[in-house]
Amino acid sequence: MPEMWINMGPQHPATHGLWDLRVKVDGETVLDADPSIGYIHRGIEKLCEHRTYNQIIPLMDRTGYVSSMSWAIMHCIASEEVLGVEVPPRAQWIRVISFELQRIASHLLFVSGYAENTGLLTVWVYATRDREFILDLFQMLSGARMHYNYPRVGGVRWDLPPGFAEQTRRALDHLEARIPEYEAMTLQSKVFRMRSEGVAVLRREDALRLGVTGPNLRASGVREDVRLSDPSMPYDQFDFDVPTGRKGDCMERFTLRLEEIRQSARIVRQALESIPEGPVMARVGKKIVPPPGEAYARVEDPRGEAAEHIISDGSERPYRVKLRSPVFCTMSALPVMLRGVKLADVPPVMESIDLLIGETDR
Amino acid sequence: MVSLEALAGVVLAPLLELIGAVLGTVDFLVPPLVPLTQFARGVLQHPLVNGLLIAFIEANILLIYITLIVLAVTWLERKLMGRLQDRRGPMQAGKFGLLQPIADMVKFLGKEDLIPRKADGPLFTLAVIGLPCIAFVPLALIPMSEEFVAVKSPVALLLVFAIFSLGPLWVFVGGWAANNKYTLLGAMRGAAQMIAFEIPLVLSTVGIVMLTGSLNPVDIVRAQANGVWFAFVQPLGFFAFLVGMIAEVERLPFDIPEAEAELVAGWNTEYSGMKFALGQFAEFARLYVAAALLVLLFLGGWNGPILPAELWFILKTMLVLAILIWGTRVTFPRLRVDQLLSVGWRRFLPLSLLNILLTLAILATGWRPVGV
Repeated sequence: MPEMWINMGPQHPATHGLWDLRVKVDGETVLDADPSIGYIHRGIEKLCEHRTYNQIIPLMDRTGYVSSMSWAIMHCIASEEVLGVEVPPRAQWIRVISFELQRIASHLLFVSGYAENTGLLTVWVYATRDREFILDLFQMLSGARMHYNYPRVGGVRWDLPPGFAEQTRRALDHLEARIPEYEAMTLQSKVFRMRSEGVAVLRREDALRLGVTGPNLRASGVREDVRLSDPSMPYDQFDFDVPTGRKGDCMERFTLRLEEIRQSARIVRQALESIPEGPVMARVGKKIVPPPGEAYARVEDPRGEAAEHIISDGSERPYRVKLRSPVFCTMSALPVMLRGVKLADVPPVMESIDLLIGETDR
Repeated sequence: MVSLEALAGVVLAPLLELIGAVLGTVDFLVPPLVPLTQFARGVLQHPLVNGLLIAFIEANILLIYITLIVLAVTWLERKLMGRLQDRRGPMQAGKFGLLQPIADMVKFLGKEDLIPRKADGPLFTLAVIGLPCIAFVPLALIPMSEEFVAVKSPVALLLVFAIFSLGPLWVFVGGWAANNKYTLLGAMRGAAQMIAFEIPLVLSTVGIVMLTGSLNPVDIVRAQANGVWFAFVQPLGFFAFLVGMIAEVERLPFDIPEAEAELVAGWNTEYSGMKFALGQFAEFARLYVAAALLVLLFLGGWNGPILPAELWFILKTMLVLAILIWGTRVTFPRLRVDQLLSVGWRRFLPLSLLNILLTLAILATGWRPVGV
C-alpha cells in the first residue's frame, strides 16, 4: 500500500476531545504524526482580562475540565501572591485534600480511557464507576460534580461539610480495594502487557528537551514534582512517595498513575487527620484590588506542571493572564513517541499522555 | 429426535392442501380453466418440484432459527456484558430488555441507506448481501441431531470450512468498495487475519478426522456418544480450534478488522441502516456457526441425557457463546495486528501441527481412545 495520511479526529472515536491528529502510515506502521489543535480555543486568557479575580475561578474550572479543582486553586494561589494575602492553614489543608481528590478522579479517568483504547471495555466501565465516588465527594463539598467553583482568593468558599471526612475515608477504602482489581485486569493480563510494554518509549532526554512534565516526565525517569519543588501548598507536611519510572513506555505511564492514585489517597488520609482548626478565608475585602505587580504560580496538575502568570495594573481586573498548559507542551512530544509504532497503538499512546484538549487550547 | 425433512413435510402438507383447495375452487368457478389446473396439480406432484418445495421450507426453517438465535445472542451478549461490567445492560424494552433486539432492528430499518459518493455502489451493496449468504450456507451442513440436518454430506466438515472461510472475502470487497481509508485498512487486516488463522483452524480438526476416519459431523458426534469428548482426547486441538475460531469470527481480542479505537468501525464504517444490520447479523451468524462447530467436534455434539438431542445441541451452543462473551469480550484488550499475525503463524500453526503428530503417534501404537 502507498503511504497515506489518516485523520484521527476531529471526528473519530478516539480523539479525547476535539482535536485532530494526522498520522502518516505505511500499511500499519506510523511514519509521522501531525497534531493539530485549536478546535476549542475559547480565548480564556483574554476573557480573564475582563473579569475580577474571583470571577476568573469558574473560567479556570472550564479550562481544565477534568481537573477543575487544580486549575482553580492555581489561579487562587497566583491571585493571592499578587494581592499579598496569607491563606489560613485550614484552607490550605482543604485545598490539599480537594487537590488530591481531583488527582485521583483525573487519574481514574485516565485509567478508564487508556483501557478503552486498548479495547478493554471492562476496566473502562470499572474506573468510570469508581470515579463517581470522588465526584460524589466533590458534590458534597461544592455542590457540583465537574465545575466546582469552590476555591476563593484568600481561602475556600466554605468549610468542609459535616461528615465529609468520614465519607472521604470510606470512598478511599473502597477505591484502594478496587485498584488491585484494575491491576489484575491490566498488569496481569498478557495481552495488555503486549500492547503496552515497550510501546512509544519517551526517552529521558527527549522528555526534558520537549518540556514534558508531570507523570509523563516521571515515567521517563526524572524525579520532578512541583508539589515538592514549589512550596506554594503545604505538601511538606505530608509523607508521600513520588513514583518514578525508568523505561518511559506506555506501561510505565499507566502503572505510575495507578501508584499516584495510592499516594494521593495517602495524602488525603493524612490531611484529614492533621487538618487544623480555624477560619477558611483570609481577611480579604469583598472587592479584590491588588496593587500593581506580577505573580507566578505553579502547581502539580494531574497532567503535569500547570502555571499561571498574572500581571496586575492595580485595578480589580488583571491586566494579563498567561496559562501554561501541561498537555500543550506534552503534545509536542507526541510525534516523537508515535514514530515507528503501529496504527493500532496510536489511540493508546495518545491517551497515555493523558490528553485534555480544554486546557491545551485554552 | 426430529427430522428436518419430516418437519418441512409437516409444514408443506397444509400448504399443498391450501393450494389444492384454491385449484378446486378455480375448477368450480371457471370450468374452462380445468386443463390448466390439472397441469398445475401435475407439476406440484412431480418429485423434483416436491423436493424443491421441501428444500425451500427447510431453508426457511433454518433462516428463522438463525434469526431467533442471533436475536437471542445479541440480547445475551449485551445483558451478560452488562452484568459482568457492573452495569445492567438493556432494561427499557420489554421485561429484562428482552425486546431490545427487535427495537434495534426497527431502528436500523428506519435509518437512511447511505452510499458514499465515491464508493463503488454495486460492489458496496453486494458485499453486505454476500456476507450474510456466506454466513448462512454452513447452517445447511451443520446437523443439530442425526436427522435434523438439511444436507447430509459425507464431507460436510470440509464444505463448512470452505464456505466459512469465504466470509473475509466479502469483508474485503466491502472495505475496498467503500473507498475509505479506515475501511480499507480494516479490510486488509481482515484478509491477513483470515490467512493467519484459517490454516491452524482447519489443521486443528485434522486430529479428529484421523481418529474417526470421517469428515461427516454425524460420525464425529457418534464417536463421542460414549461420553469421551474430543476436548479431552485432543486438548491441543481443542485449544487451537477455540482460539482460531475466535479469530475467525473476529471477536475480541482478535476483532482488529473493526477495531473501534483506531479504525472507527473498521470495514463497516461506511455502512448505515439495514446494511450495517446485515453485516452485524452475518457476524453473529458466523459466531453461531463457529460455536456449533466447536460443540460438534469437541463437546460431544447432541449427546446428553434425558433432554432431546436438538435441545442439548442448542443448550451447549448457547453455553459456548456465553463463555466466549465472558471469557474474551469482557476480559481481554485487543491485540495489535502484527502481534496477532505472529501469534497465528508462530504459535498456533506449530501447535496444530504438533497435535496432528501426537495423534499420529497414538494411532501408530494401535490404541484407540474413542469408541470408533
